[in-house]
Amino acid sequence: MPMIELKDIAFIILALITLGSAGGVAFSKKIIYSGFSLLGSLFGVAGLYILLSNDFIAATQLLIYVGGVLILILFAIMLTSKIGDIAVTNKSINWKVAIPIIAGLACFLISSFSGDIWKVADKTPYQSSVSFIGNALLKEFLLPFEVISIVLLCALIGSIVILKREVK
Amino acid sequence: MEKIVSYLVGHCEKLQHLPEDFIYLALQVVAGLLVLMLFVAPFAGIISFVERRIAARVMDRVGPNRVGPQGIFQWLADGVKSLLKEDIIPAQADSVLFRLAPYLVFVGMFAAFVVVPFSSGLIVADLNIGIFYLIAVTSIVVVGIMMSGWASNNKYSLLGGMRSAAQIVSYEIPAGLSILAVVILSGSLSIQSIIKAQGAYPWQWFLFQNPLMPIAFISLFIASLAEGNRTPFDIPEAESELVSGYSTEYSGMRFVFFYFEEWANLYLIAAVSTALFLGGWNLPSAVVSWAQTKGDVLLHLLQFLTFFIKAMVMVFIIIQLRWTLPRVRVDQLMALCWKYLTPIGFVVSLGWQLGWLYFLRECLWSVM
Repeated sequence: MPMIELKDIAFIILALITLGSAGGVAFSKKIIYSGFSLLGSLFGVAGLYILLSNDFIAATQLLIYVGGVLILILFAIMLTSKIGDIAVTNKSINWKVAIPIIAGLACFLISSFSGDIWKVADKTPYQSSVSFIGNALLKEFLLPFEVISIVLLCALIGSIVILKREVK
Repeated sequence: MEKIVSYLVGHCEKLQHLPEDFIYLALQVVAGLLVLMLFVAPFAGIISFVERRIAARVMDRVGPNRVGPQGIFQWLADGVKSLLKEDIIPAQADSVLFRLAPYLVFVGMFAAFVVVPFSSGLIVADLNIGIFYLIAVTSIVVVGIMMSGWASNNKYSLLGGMRSAAQIVSYEIPAGLSILAVVILSGSLSIQSIIKAQGAYPWQWFLFQNPLMPIAFISLFIASLAEGNRTPFDIPEAESELVSGYSTEYSGMRFVFFYFEEWANLYLIAAVSTALFLGGWNLPSAVVSWAQTKGDVLLHLLQFLTFFIKAMVMVFIIIQLRWTLPRVRVDQLMALCWKYLTPIGFVVSLGWQLGWLYFLRECLWSVM
């Protein structure tokens, strides 16, 4: 019997949190519950990043997705008037078509992911990912990095221009 | 940490059958709980009493002075009273979210204390992304506050929660820019490394390293006041407009959780400013070598006292500010953030980067 390591237990717990919350996002009747379920999902993914010993990406995940995107989504939900009264209209579930598609997809995914195709990384000692990311961004990927920043700047200016027109 | 683990394994036979990971995990949990029970909870309690006394002085009142000498046990009495109170959940409230929200607020604040140092050795975990982790994990508090505002099903709570979220998200940008200036200076995100890069004497602190740092310090201070919902930025719970904001419908211990968060945050603001700008726990090297001859305990105690006194000075300044300044309006708050602090933050961090390039130009040419 293989020894169950703490890492495996943590992975299972985090995967359950992530998938369970993702299910909550998809199946909640109230949209505000979907919004708050997203918190668990994003948090679980951050935990998975930590398990892969990439702490910087995990903190960025929290900062950008929980602190930024999720808050924006919640704002949008809360500022919509009478959001609680909206009835779920998407009830026309077509079981006859859906079940074969789901079964086929599930068979395909299970067959392609099972088997001995996974490479397990060697157990390397934990290294700080921050300096590695910093060096990579400013040496090898300097051009993409700068291009992304210009694209983001354009998006910012564009959003301000659009917003100004609507106010007038 | 390794020392404690090897000691435990060596002295307790039952532990030898367990994998070491479990012992590390258990020790981390114990360390976190110790920080919560021995430091954060008593601090939040006592500072609630101190703040009320200072407020009374400022307003020319007496303040709480009945329980114990000078009313020093008032916070214990308040705690017992809150525990015994009925936990009221409004009938029209969303009871699941209403119950969940205080926990999220509490978890977000408490998780930040993991990277707050007490001395050179006393820290729950010296993460190498320390200060970045602190900024990231406190965003859970925002979700909790929005949740409480929504779940209360009360227009004042909703407005308070949304004001608070808008305020915290906005002020993260100037705070982040000020912290960036410190990170460039120290070359590390770990809070312990940032403190080690400074010295014991004021001219070795990051505050006086270059002319831009005092500006960064003040802008970080203002931004963290706003992030902690402290006056003059306490518009989320402005009692003249919003009853008491997102905590209006809460009672008993759930209400205390929100105020616990606020007072713990008070120390967090002070500790971050102390660690980043005021030299942290650094002692003069003569004192360090003297203390080491007497044992490590004395050294850590002295370092803790140094850190704590600096942090307490900041705490008292924040409390005095609360009872001196009037509250700003929402538009003034947003204008201060986006029109003043954010440009100042950019000037500070870019200016310091340019200055850094200027001072290091010879090294740079040799690299290139």
